[in-house]
Amino acid sequence: MTMKSYQLFDRNTRAFVYGYQTNAIQRMLDFDYLCKRSVPSVAAIINPNRAGIHKVFWGTEEILLPMYTTIPEAAADHPSVEIVVNFASFRSAFDTTMEALAHPSIKTVAIIAEGVPERMSRIMAATARKMKKTIIGPATVGGLAAGAFRIGNTAGTIENIIESKLYRPGCVGFVSKSGGMLNEAFNIIARNSSGVVEGIAIGGDRYPGSNLMDHILRFEANPEVAIIACLGEVGGTDEYMIVEALKEGRITKPLVIWVTGTCSKVLPGSVQFGHAGAKAQTDLETADAKNRALKEAGAVVPDSFDSYGDKIREVYEGLKAEGKVEVAVEPKIPKIPMDYAKASSEGIVRKATNLICTISDDRGEEVLYAGKPLSRVMDDRMGIGGVIGLLWFKKEIPPWAAEFIELVLQIVADHGPAVSAAHNAIVASCAGKDLISALSSGLLTIGPRFGGAIDDAAREFKRARDSGLSPEQFVKEMKSAGINIPGIGHRIKSVKNPDKRVELLIGYARENFARTDLLDYALSVQEITTAKKGNLILNVDGCIGILFLDLMSSCDVFDERDIDDVIKYGYLNGLFALGRSIGIIGHILDQKRLESRLYRHPQDDIAYMLPNFE
Amino acid sequence: MAQRGIREYDAKKMLAERLPDYVDDFDYDGQIVLVTPETDLEVVAVENPWVKKKRLVVKPDQLFGKRGAYGLILLDATWDEAKGYIEEKMGKETLVGTIVGPLTHFLMEPFVPHDRDEELYVAIKSDYGGDVIYFSPKGGVNIEANWDQVTEIPVPILAKVEDIDLESKLPAKLGERRKPIADFIRGLYQLYQDLGFAYLEINPFVFHQGKIIPLDLVARLDDAEAFWQRKSWKGLEFPEPFGRALTEEEAHIKEIDSRTGASLKLTILNPEGRVWTMVAGGGASVIYADTICDLGFAGELANYGEYSGDPSTEDTYEYTKTILDLMTREKDPQGRTKYLLIGGGIANFTDVAKTFKGVVMALEDYRERLRNTGVEIFVRRGGPNYEEGLRIMRQLGERLGVPIHVYGPETHMTRIVSMALGGEK
Repeated sequence: MTMKSYQLFDRNTRAFVYGYQTNAIQRMLDFDYLCKRSVPSVAAIINPNRAGIHKVFWGTEEILLPMYTTIPEAAADHPSVEIVVNFASFRSAFDTTMEALAHPSIKTVAIIAEGVPERMSRIMAATARKMKKTIIGPATVGGLAAGAFRIGNTAGTIENIIESKLYRPGCVGFVSKSGGMLNEAFNIIARNSSGVVEGIAIGGDRYPGSNLMDHILRFEANPEVAIIACLGEVGGTDEYMIVEALKEGRITKPLVIWVTGTCSKVLPGSVQFGHAGAKAQTDLETADAKNRALKEAGAVVPDSFDSYGDKIREVYEGLKAEGKVEVAVEPKIPKIPMDYAKASSEGIVRKATNLICTISDDRGEEVLYAGKPLSRVMDDRMGIGGVIGLLWFKKEIPPWAAEFIELVLQIVADHGPAVSAAHNAIVASCAGKDLISALSSGLLTIGPRFGGAIDDAAREFKRARDSGLSPEQFVKEMKSAGINIPGIGHRIKSVKNPDKRVELLIGYARENFARTDLLDYALSVQEITTAKKGNLILNVDGCIGILFLDLMSSCDVFDERDIDDVIKYGYLNGLFALGRSIGIIGHILDQKRLESRLYRHPQDDIAYMLPNFE
Repeated sequence: MAQRGIREYDAKKMLAERLPDYVDDFDYDGQIVLVTPETDLEVVAVENPWVKKKRLVVKPDQLFGKRGAYGLILLDATWDEAKGYIEEKMGKETLVGTIVGPLTHFLMEPFVPHDRDEELYVAIKSDYGGDVIYFSPKGGVNIEANWDQVTEIPVPILAKVEDIDLESKLPAKLGERRKPIADFIRGLYQLYQDLGFAYLEINPFVFHQGKIIPLDLVARLDDAEAFWQRKSWKGLEFPEPFGRALTEEEAHIKEIDSRTGASLKLTILNPEGRVWTMVAGGGASVIYADTICDLGFAGELANYGEYSGDPSTEDTYEYTKTILDLMTREKDPQGRTKYLLIGGGIANFTDVAKTFKGVVMALEDYRERLRNTGVEIFVRRGGPNYEEGLRIMRQLGERLGVPIHVYGPETHMTRIVSMALGGEK
């Protein structure tokens, strides 16, 4: 099946899309599917940044399109592809188009970019002409052959394509400069005739790669086209080629044409219209002069754009009465599923969410912490303690509470290289692991025996006090159960050699907390245990856990439920992990700077005690 | 993006600085001064000692021609005369052709005494298939009348000027000057091609003490080349045409336009006009203006403008506000209705709901002023999400308190023009 010389594309035409234009590619495929093409019109994508595959919808199914980084690679794999839809920017449109033209199998290039320099446009145009190839554009949306092939975003939405009956050929060949007006013309033509066979927008630049006349002559040669419709524009002299062709009889089909920009005669000469080429430099280039010349040469020219559609209707009805056009047969068209995003924005579908988030929101201009914009968090100088209040509790906590949290973070930040977390992290770092891996290996040691005492102490002391146990009863109960009271006892520190950190925390609480009930209870317990043994003091873990609950009781933004949550979900281990991460990262960086080698534990430090094997 | 005129001053400076790269013995020195309202003439005299030593030429440099015919060229003047001339004319509203505007920029250069018949003409124009070099030994003000003397040398777009024997194509009667003129023209063409020119006319240039001196020059550049010419064009500005200083509002829109990927254009035609347009698309915007003029309301057309290329909600909000602010400053003195036409074709990919959201926000901001000014609004648009866009417009109508008529693709694009204005006829 070869195309006729007057055709740029048919139902079998395939294209490369240059540029990773996922929406345009999907639109082309949706159009294909609507037209019941057997193969997608996009054969491959050329994406200078990445080769591979790209997933697209083909109706309800998903299919894969190959993606290449260069035109030659794509062309080598797909020798039958004749079209390049070039979405390259104005900076690279020239180079990519020249490269595409140089490839023998490529016959047509559509250039979408706006702002291509005039000299480049002229070189591209002349090169294409010399090679008997076609350029559509620059500065255009492209064009479309009804029921066959669509360039990029031409004709907009599927609804519009259906509305303008672009899924099957009609009897009008349309060409305009303006890409924006192409879609409007599809609408006007569909409302006043059987619709278009083909519609092309050559672009609003001064030097388009192909001009109005090129396409009009194709329409003249195409037996499917009964009516030629065209929108010209003020500026340039292209329309006089049409005038000549009319006079010479090279255009025999009825031509409905209107040259826009008639207002330029009453506007100051210095107004530049939206299109770069739309400016008359001589009287000949004015819209009025062109409309007059076209009318005299025999074209059907309305009095104003307002009656452009009426003229098409008149011509169409005339031809129909003469039996020169057949009434188009309406095919049954497949339904294109609506994209979820569109349906959702129109409120047509709903979907249950899989996840809920109640603490932060990154969708707007600025991230929100518990509803508070980050800039406000900074303005209010909320600090780390305040941010923890927002993100862990969804509450704004008072400054004294925030400061206590920061005090705790500082206190737990590090405890030397020998403790589990630091040691693990150091060993991992020495093994050449990256910062995050080494940090993770350190954090993984935090649990019931290491760091976890904060949570346990808070839970146990609260349970004991809430259930009405006297300190004596509590100590006795734990002893008979054979459990060490969490938060009590220290390896070195004792009543006579108190822990400075504990003194600091207690001092802060006495000064700033409204209530220290649980602390007082714990200190009574300590009185009993230290009487037995000097080092059974309230240790720093116990102190933090207990004081955190006192903090919550002192703070009216928290209620009992919040306190229960803290214990139930292990918030306080989080406090330890967060603070200690500072130290762990420090140890890892220390090892990195020291360029420490792999650590191997000395064998003489391990007691090898294996069972005897027979 | 389009062809834009540049000042004769800038063009001559480019020639002085860059043409020697192309023409071996071109040594025009570019002794030339641009005087603006900010220029201190005493400083000019200090920095350019030649102004006090040489006889001078002074002429306005504001993108209009026929300066001799308008009596706006001072020839063969002393420094004091030149100064007096500039001080007298600077800022003065002056009629040039049909346009009145203030003179703000003057070019001052040494006066080159010569005879009329020594004046030579060269121009380079661009066309679809290539460029054309025009040369005439009979340059000067009567070039049009003597057009039969002009030699046309086409340079096809895919050809190289180096491959064209220019010398043999120039009139033989130039004698020994034929070669230097051919070299000059060749270099000028190469500069034209390399530096993003779209039009260049030197009329006249003369030989003075054996050197080629451009006396009068007109140039346009293709502003789409800005990306490639950022070094060559450094500091170059594209002045507004004579008599068309940008209004504050136009400058504001131009500024927004320059920093977004979308296109936003605004030209105020008649701030007292009653018909204001806000049309999407370069093609459609012209057609709306046409239709308004076709119906006989050219005198009432207040602005030309367009927005396209999927502008953001914020962009359309700013754009609409700018127009609303202008149109609601004064009531029509005769108490007649003002019309706002929010028009457009069927968009290919611009999200109509998104752009209209910005328009609606702006209309709400101006609710009081719209009511007080007596505005009636007509809307016509299609394209992606247009149903939603039209819906929010209709909804707005209920609370805005000014009449809004909203139509979609089922209504012919320009029909809202006759709906709005037809009744007045």
